[in-house]
Amino acid sequence: MEFIYILTIISVTISFFINSKKTKKAFKIGAKKLWKITPPFVSIIVAVSIVLYLLPNDTIVKYLGDTKSYFAILTALTIGSITVMPGPIVYPLCSILYESGVSYSVIAAFSTSLMMVGIMTFPVESTYFGKKFAILRNAISIIIAFIIALVFSLLSGWII
Amino acid sequence: MNKLKQLSIKTIMFIIFIIFMGISILIGFKPGIEISKNFTSFSFEMIKILPPIFILIGLFDVWVKRETIVKHLGKDGGIKSFFWVFILAAPMAGGLLPSFPVAHSLYKKGARLTVILVFLGAVGIGRVPMILFESTFLGVKFSAIRIIASIPLVIISGILLGRSLEKKDYKLPETNKKLN
Repeated sequence: MEFIYILTIISVTISFFINSKKTKKAFKIGAKKLWKITPPFVSIIVAVSIVLYLLPNDTIVKYLGDTKSYFAILTALTIGSITVMPGPIVYPLCSILYESGVSYSVIAAFSTSLMMVGIMTFPVESTYFGKKFAILRNAISIIIAFIIALVFSLLSGWII
Repeated sequence: MNKLKQLSIKTIMFIIFIIFMGISILIGFKPGIEISKNFTSFSFEMIKILPPIFILIGLFDVWVKRETIVKHLGKDGGIKSFFWVFILAAPMAGGLLPSFPVAHSLYKKGARLTVILVFLGAVGIGRVPMILFESTFLGVKFSAIRIIASIPLVIISGILLGRSLEKKDYKLPETNKKLN
């Protein structure tokens, strides 16, 4: 997080010294683009805050802990694909899952699909890249998360 | 006209949501309070991330020449392009959502679709802030296995999907014009 700020401050300073006019133009372009994408971003934030309420940590732990192996992987993929979670929430939750007996492969399916698949961010993705692109990219990302879960279940008890 | 209607519905919904949060806090309606807590924390995260990202996008727009992007991330970029997008994705904060406008800017400057797909994949699997969290909570072994397993998957799937879209001459949607 800090890195982005440091990078931005350094870039803006250098840019300003080289050409202040261009820098002002850059700010205008950035502001315009940000303004245009704000409505769909706000809708997603609202939707996510409701979904996170409906799916609190204990519920996720219950669903992923009660079921066995492949079914649990599918449940993890489903929850991970639908929800969007801020990074700092995801990994503490994953370690709670591990402590309550959920296997690494299920955790991998959950965290990977959370990071790569975004059904709730679909509206923004399809405004930028089109529906077809967004559907295919998300579908392939679910498959990738599934394969990674399989890798973990193959390695379990052997390496990890 | 249709667009205007759509926009105003969204605005009205949002105002209703704000009122709902306000009333929940006033009368102590628990679900509403929980939802507004989620809303403020997620909003703050986005408010912290988005301004610097969009300033960088603006600077990218005025300074980086199209030829440079075409050369390194375009048709003639070759396999090295993937290396560059992994480097580019590593410091991305805030996840997939803020990376869409970044990917879009890259595409507009001439990066090929394959590279865009690998970039988005790299944001998902290889952001440094995320890996730090992950290895702290789940162990270095877990992170290492996950990363080693996912890098080839992201690159291969990106190449396959990107090529098939490019073959069909995939065009970005029309609505997308208003984003520029």
